[in-house]
Amino acid sequence: MYSYLFPCILLISTGSYFWGASRANTVADTSGGIRNLHSLPSHYGMLTAMSSCIPALLIFVIWQVLEETIITSLVTKSLPAESLGLSANELTLVLNEMKNVAFGGFANHNTSPAIQAAADLYLATMNWWRNLIGIGTILCAIIPAAIAYRCINKDLRARNLVEGTVKIFLIGCSLVAILTTLGIVLSVLFESLRFFQSVPFSDFLFGLKWSPQIAMRVDQAGSSGAFGAVPVFAGTILIAVIAMSVAIPVGLLAAIYLSEYASPRMRTWAKPMLEILAGIPTVVYGFFAALTVAPLIRDIGQSIGLQVSSESALAAGLVMGIMIIPFVSSLSDDVIHAVPQSMRDGSLALGATRFETIWYVIIPAALPGIVGSILLAVSRAIGETMIVVMAAGLSADLTFNPLKAVTTVTVQIVTLLVGDQEFDSPKTLAAFALGLLLFTFTLFLNFVALRVVRRYREQYE
Amino acid sequence: MNTTETTKTNLLTPTKRLKRRYRAEKWFKRLGLTAIALSLSFVAFLFFTIFSDGYTAFQQSYIELDVHFKAEEFTQEKLASANYPGLVKEAMSTMFPEVTSRQEKKQLYNLISPAAAYKLQDTVEADPKIIGTTQKVWVLADDDVDMLMKGKIDRNLSQGDRRIRNNQLAWIDRLVKEKRLEMKFNKTFFMTGDSREPELAGILGAVKGSFLTLLITLSLSFPIGVAAAVYLEEFAPENKWTDLIEININNLAAVPSIIFGLLGLAIFINFWGLPRSTPVVGGLVLTLMTLPTIIIAGRASLKSVPPSIREAALGIGASKMQTVTHHVLPLAMPGMLTGTIIGMAQALGETAPLLMIGMVAFIVDVPGSITDPAAVLPVQIYLWADSPERAFTEKTSAAIMILLTFLITMNSLAVFLRKKFETKW
Repeated sequence: MYSYLFPCILLISTGSYFWGASRANTVADTSGGIRNLHSLPSHYGMLTAMSSCIPALLIFVIWQVLEETIITSLVTKSLPAESLGLSANELTLVLNEMKNVAFGGFANHNTSPAIQAAADLYLATMNWWRNLIGIGTILCAIIPAAIAYRCINKDLRARNLVEGTVKIFLIGCSLVAILTTLGIVLSVLFESLRFFQSVPFSDFLFGLKWSPQIAMRVDQAGSSGAFGAVPVFAGTILIAVIAMSVAIPVGLLAAIYLSEYASPRMRTWAKPMLEILAGIPTVVYGFFAALTVAPLIRDIGQSIGLQVSSESALAAGLVMGIMIIPFVSSLSDDVIHAVPQSMRDGSLALGATRFETIWYVIIPAALPGIVGSILLAVSRAIGETMIVVMAAGLSADLTFNPLKAVTTVTVQIVTLLVGDQEFDSPKTLAAFALGLLLFTFTLFLNFVALRVVRRYREQYE
Repeated sequence: MNTTETTKTNLLTPTKRLKRRYRAEKWFKRLGLTAIALSLSFVAFLFFTIFSDGYTAFQQSYIELDVHFKAEEFTQEKLASANYPGLVKEAMSTMFPEVTSRQEKKQLYNLISPAAAYKLQDTVEADPKIIGTTQKVWVLADDDVDMLMKGKIDRNLSQGDRRIRNNQLAWIDRLVKEKRLEMKFNKTFFMTGDSREPELAGILGAVKGSFLTLLITLSLSFPIGVAAAVYLEEFAPENKWTDLIEININNLAAVPSIIFGLLGLAIFINFWGLPRSTPVVGGLVLTLMTLPTIIIAGRASLKSVPPSIREAALGIGASKMQTVTHHVLPLAMPGMLTGTIIGMAQALGETAPLLMIGMVAFIVDVPGSITDPAAVLPVQIYLWADSPERAFTEKTSAAIMILLTFLITMNSLAVFLRKKFETKW
């Protein structure tokens, strides 16, 4: 609909660049050479171009945001008098029908003439406004450019203006990170607060029963919904513990071997191979866990007479552990590398074997860093979603038996939010409450871990 | 006594204690080697299972039918309104005239995929002159037949335990003997979108959805990431604000990806009212997710440009901005590109946040633009992995193979770039 606007703005600003630059050149000629200008001609060109595209784009974006509201309110005012007496919900219905008629183009025979008229009016109003805004945007591109053009003289500080604008853009981009965090906190917090209005915070945090089904009808039995998150936490912790008991020993030993024993040749091919594990998408691990590892564990369990459910915490935990190995190993590898060579040399010179050097000197020296990297890995394990969604199951039993199916925070978030949902039932809001807990907890872990690692690095720098 | 013992010990013959120490050393070394071997064998095992499950999906069973395009079927004006399923059934019945009972006939027709009728329609529409003649047409076999042909259904099981009945087995054997049932390269898999019928399900829709999503991600996260890295590394004053931004970025890099999905759901979909299940929203969410990676990589590569370059440029009168745009940024660009490619590879493999914004819908059509509902590759894998049909397992593995191929290509490109443009100052 606005397909012509962007090329237009682009064309105008490119044009104004050359326009401004050539004007600067003329000014330079009349005042005795480019060196008498404050800035380079290209800066004057850039200034003209910026003054044409920035206001135009601003107007365009603001209009995009407001269009819907403005046009709808204009049309609502001119609706026939009878519909003005409708309640808010009914009015929304009428407006929706009108929009369907206007955009869908399907001539429904049941459409009342009033709606048809309103739809026509809507389209007409929209077209009128769109033409207006289109012309306005183009004017907003041309007029400031012309003003900037008029202002070009040898003392205009074009470079400072251009660089200032660019710097504002750079600052804006670096604020995106803060805005993201803010967005996460706000979106999760608000929905959680709404959830805690219907379910008390203490019930959520300490309740022992989790079954988020809400009754569809009032007389339905046995599904009032229970939002005690303890079984969910227990499952999360169980799986994380299994994963870490695979990842910590294997990852740490691999890191130590690679940094202390391995020949440079082995390092060059073994490290990238390990990093392949980190590059495999989690959904692939999930598929692997659900279709290969879980049946394998079940068969082994049955052959030694154990009852293993087909979606066991063990399978999910093991595969998650494999996934986390490269995190532990590459982070600890960095940490071990940061231990000064002089400490190694000193220990070896006293006659210690390599193992003793590692055990009594390097590991104690690197311990804070290793702990930090393990904490980061734990936060990874807790936040991991796809493996557990595909392999860990949904049953929220309070159990620490790794052969049973358990559920985790992330699995519950996914199951509560995937599919159609209403945004006022505690069921969907519960997902945001779980998200809030997950975010707070992982944020805490990351914060501590990053601080520990940073302080440790400073110690040896 | 002590002294006598020390004089007795020869330094060349190891004492018990020394032996123990050496033994510990050896064991520890072996333990480390085992750890590495273990993790590498995980990689090998994973790749092996995926490949051995998935390579069969690139072939598909086709059955040759002698279809008589009876002229009386095509009396209506539109070619599409002819009874194509009837033609398929008739062709099958003429091939197996001995099948008469209703139930057996139904089992016979079940050997052919429902897609066969569309194939006939396409054939007729491509060349209407064949009406009235008998043509040999290769049509898709049903997924159960396909599984049998690939040896994934065990013939030796009793009839109740397998999805192919004994009489069907006999028919299939006859078809194979007559060379009417053959395996051919599976073009459908690369040409279509998702389907409930495994033999019709294809990957094109998901590949295109992934492409559109990554396009959005790349076109937003690269400029923003580079700009943020440049500001933080080159311009930012050292104060509390910059510290806050830095801590923020490091923390965001470690926030679980599903949280970004919650953000997308609450803000992009519920608050801004962007359409669900579309590459725009997916791209926006993945942008926020990959930004920290790109910013951190960008800062590292800006840091590796030596200060002498900056000083030289400033010394001959360049402004701060000119120093950065003319000298520092071009030198840091390879590193930034590497970081960006790694971030994109991460985004390509990401599933969880996309589940939150509704990209799990069953979508048959190949998306045409960024506002069409679309699936992406990892989500397609997740959906297929959940499907009960046996035939979807091999499709899932094949899709994983394709996804891994893309990822490995991207990562090798990153490694190549790093190797090629690595400058030692």
